[in-house]
Amino acid sequence: MSYSDKVIDHYNNPRNVGSMDKSSADVGTGLVGAPECGDVMKLQIKVNPATNVIEEAKFKTFGCGSAIASSSLATEWVKGKTVDEALSIKNMDIVKELSLPPVKIHCSVLAEDAIRAAIGDWKKKQESAKPVAVEAR
Amino acid sequence: MSTDVKIPQDLTRTQHDAPTGVKLPIYMDNHATTPVDPRVLEEMLPYFMEKFGNSASRNHSFGWAGEEGVETARERIAKLIGATTKEIIFTSGATESDNLAIKGVAEMYREKGNHIITAVTEHKAVLDTCKRLEKHGYRVTYLPVQKDGLIDLEDLKRAMDDKTILVTIMAANNEIGVLQPIAAIGKLCRERGVIFHTDATQLIGKVPVDVNKDNIDVMSISAHKMYGPKGVGALYVRRKNPRVQISAIIDGGGHERGMRSGTLNVAGIVGLGKACAIAQEEMAKESRRLSGLRDRLRDRIMGRLDEVYVNGSMEHRLPGNLNISFAYVEGESLLMGINDIAVSSGSACTSATLEPSYVLKALGTGDDLAHSSIRFGIGRFNTEAEVDYVADRVIETVERLRELSPLYEMAKEGINLKDVKWAGE
Repeated sequence: MSYSDKVIDHYNNPRNVGSMDKSSADVGTGLVGAPECGDVMKLQIKVNPATNVIEEAKFKTFGCGSAIASSSLATEWVKGKTVDEALSIKNMDIVKELSLPPVKIHCSVLAEDAIRAAIGDWKKKQESAKPVAVEAR
Repeated sequence: MSTDVKIPQDLTRTQHDAPTGVKLPIYMDNHATTPVDPRVLEEMLPYFMEKFGNSASRNHSFGWAGEEGVETARERIAKLIGATTKEIIFTSGATESDNLAIKGVAEMYREKGNHIITAVTEHKAVLDTCKRLEKHGYRVTYLPVQKDGLIDLEDLKRAMDDKTILVTIMAANNEIGVLQPIAAIGKLCRERGVIFHTDATQLIGKVPVDVNKDNIDVMSISAHKMYGPKGVGALYVRRKNPRVQISAIIDGGGHERGMRSGTLNVAGIVGLGKACAIAQEEMAKESRRLSGLRDRLRDRIMGRLDEVYVNGSMEHRLPGNLNISFAYVEGESLLMGINDIAVSSGSACTSATLEPSYVLKALGTGDDLAHSSIRFGIGRFNTEAEVDYVADRVIETVERLRELSPLYEMAKEGINLKDVKWAGE
């Protein structure tokens, strides 16, 4: 199978590789996939609590070149977007941008799942933080 | 608020030039196919334009020249495996040989029984042929393998019953290079009057085989795995002690004593014969060289990387084969990082089915490690300098991909990956 130039570029120069403190209140972590399936993505976002803008995004991926490229691209795209804007990213946008063949569409689905999981984790933290704040007053 | 951002090392892929004496790309996938040896090609060439006759043409010199080429090849193959010339049937390759052996025996001995025994790690040419026979009323036992890839002879004994007509077990596995105990299997079959077929595609020319000492009744042979051309192979069919008969699956002009009709691929057969002659001459020395290179590759990789696992027995193994899993790294992404080296992976992502290697799964290798496997097939034209280059590139790429891997990070944090509840499961 031959890869598109964009997949190769992301594989050779992955953007935003790394990890953030997952216990931090403004960090949301998404961990999707399973080792048995050959794909695991961890995508993290750091959100500005005042503006809901994703200021930082990091990823680590176990998977094929297309999975690495999909998650690398996802971190690029969510950065600078508000949480709600980031939720509008669809897997088919990733497929189109990276010219993924049909057999690799699941990689883009996983990247979309990772974005949603990270945002979901962050939202959960915001909700559980609220009552604590009331009590503290 | 400060968030602890861990900046990993530079994860940009390093681009390499070939070291002195190494020409890129490197071919190290010699279980898939091999290049034709120049000495083989040289012998084949006259059979395309000068000696192009049909070996079945009995009444002119063109036919005689073709026949002479074919018969010399038959002698060379027979000599390599300890057979006689009348026991060699030419085919289009090992897949056809496997089909002819299994279907041919099944049909011929239908009155005697309908039970066939094979193993789960066989090549698809054997497994799918057996599956088809199941649809036609045959019963097939698929023996499991042990952790090292070998079948348990006790399992084989237990599986045999009075309806068993055929045991088909490969001599050397195409993925993990593991050698089955064919002489012992053959002995068991002989004692019980069961025909023993072995797919020896990967073994012939690499490891000595003798159809009499190894108690083999029917054996599949391919040319292109032993530096001969593609599209030609042979089937050994025992003529006495006991005499084995097989039904043809291709009908026509009655070539090859009625067992395989069709004009012979004379040039290809000449190439197969020459490949056998070279192997006979050089096998002992070459197999020592190959196992030396293979061990060098393994030692270099395992000396530098932790959590690297060899799949299958190291003791009972083809000299040029190394199949290893690199934990926390997915096979296809590893192949992409070493794209100036041709090797194979048992990863699902390299197949259309998205299922990882059934051979590795049969060894009890978890799906995660099956996804992380690479098969190196070192061959006649690989050099020590190439092996060192390959080892260095693999080490560097695995290290880079592990820095990219969330699984490696979790393992380093002391998390047992088996205890994690994965969303995708």
